[in-house]
Amino acid sequence: MNAFQEIGKFGTLLYQALRSSTELKTYRKSFFQEMVKIGYDSVPIIMLTGFFTGSVMTIQSSYQLDSAFIPLSTIGAIVSESILIELAAVISSLVLAGKVGARIATELGTMRVTEQVDALESMGFNSVSFLVVPRVLAGILMFPVLYIVASVFGVGGGLLAGIFTGTVPVADYLMGARMYFTPWTLIFGFVKMFVFGFIITSISSYKGYFATGGAEGVGTSTTEATVLSCMIVLLADFMLAALLL
Amino acid sequence: MIEIKNLTKSFGDLLVWEDVSMTIEDGETVAIIGRSGCGKSVLLKHINALLYPDEGTVLIDGANIFDQDYVTQRKLRQKFGILFQGSALFDSINTFENIAFPLRYFTTMTESEIRDTVMDALEKVNLENVHDKETAELSGGMRKRVGLARAIILEPEYIMYDEPTSGLDPQTSDEINKLIIDMAESLGITSIVVTHDMHSVLDVADKVAFLDEQRLSWHGTVEDLRVSDHESLNNFIKASEYQI
Repeated sequence: MNAFQEIGKFGTLLYQALRSSTELKTYRKSFFQEMVKIGYDSVPIIMLTGFFTGSVMTIQSSYQLDSAFIPLSTIGAIVSESILIELAAVISSLVLAGKVGARIATELGTMRVTEQVDALESMGFNSVSFLVVPRVLAGILMFPVLYIVASVFGVGGGLLAGIFTGTVPVADYLMGARMYFTPWTLIFGFVKMFVFGFIITSISSYKGYFATGGAEGVGTSTTEATVLSCMIVLLADFMLAALLL
Repeated sequence: MIEIKNLTKSFGDLLVWEDVSMTIEDGETVAIIGRSGCGKSVLLKHINALLYPDEGTVLIDGANIFDQDYVTQRKLRQKFGILFQGSALFDSINTFENIAFPLRYFTTMTESEIRDTVMDALEKVNLENVHDKETAELSGGMRKRVGLARAIILEPEYIMYDEPTSGLDPQTSDEINKLIIDMAESLGITSIVVTHDMHSVLDVADKVAFLDEQRLSWHGTVEDLRVSDHESLNNFIKASEYQI
């Protein structure tokens, strides 16, 4: 199948999902289950990702900016700005493409190759409404929440790394963090995560929903879902930065 | 009544079959037979529009299932119950919830009514005390029965069986065949059975359709089958080591 056919098929699936998003009764229960799986269950890994990203940023920045002419508060400013505007969103999304995206593609792919999707359709269910809509909606809603977690732990991790390595005092770090902060930074982060949540859940749903060929096919669709999600997230990150900053 | 008219289906360059036409009258049990890979299951999935043909129509009680809006098509699909080849039970929920699943979404039954209906369906397929088992704990024969209980739970007019006895021992196969006959007789359901098990065909079917060489090569009653001089059909029967 060529790229244009894939895009057309993906667009058709999204159109069907949009059209069937009014069938709340069909997907209400699985929507809440997906919110838990995508959001709550991802909190530990996002906390770790955010924490270590912030910690490494502080240590590397203090190493690179080790000069009497550069105030230590600059490190706080660099770390917090980088976390809020870029790293909390992008690194978390790449991790979530592996965790959430792979799970969605595998679940739906297995359901497809074991005829569970056909079983849903034959009972009179709208399988897109039942399987795709709750996952995409939950992703759109929960990714921005996870951005908050990643940001808090990222900035906090940077602060703690500064304290424990003795490179940046708390007061300097916090002063730097406050110095360049604007609400737009946060809004931009939320917009990114909203878009990334949509990209990862919709691509993974698409790859899983149309999986073919048994266990190997499910494996292939999961790999494709993860790789393609990561690539499109990076592309979207570039486009959003070029458009909105 | 189901009327299949001039169906042709290809996957890319691969022609599955062409110009397939047949009529299935109410209350009949029709077996679709043929070699592995001849497109029996593909034909079955066209009957309730899980797959679409390149050409042709399928009329369900006079309505072309391919030419309906989505809501009407879903209502037509609900006239069918399907027992899938691998049973297609939802592995994230237990046996009871699998059977109760359509009731929760398509009926206004109370919890106790749902429980009674599910237990009744399990009794019909001769399964008791498995309602709280996970689907992974069920044997192949049990999975088929649970799949059948789920297929009949909304009281369909038609039931389609995709290889109902494949992978089962002869004794369990016999039990499944008896269930197919019971369903047809006690519920008055029109049945379509896809199989290559001639033992099953002669046990359950009123009529037989033979797919061969990418077309509907032969169709007729079981009595016609016994006296047929159709060469490839007779070869197929002979190869299945079944003596008519």
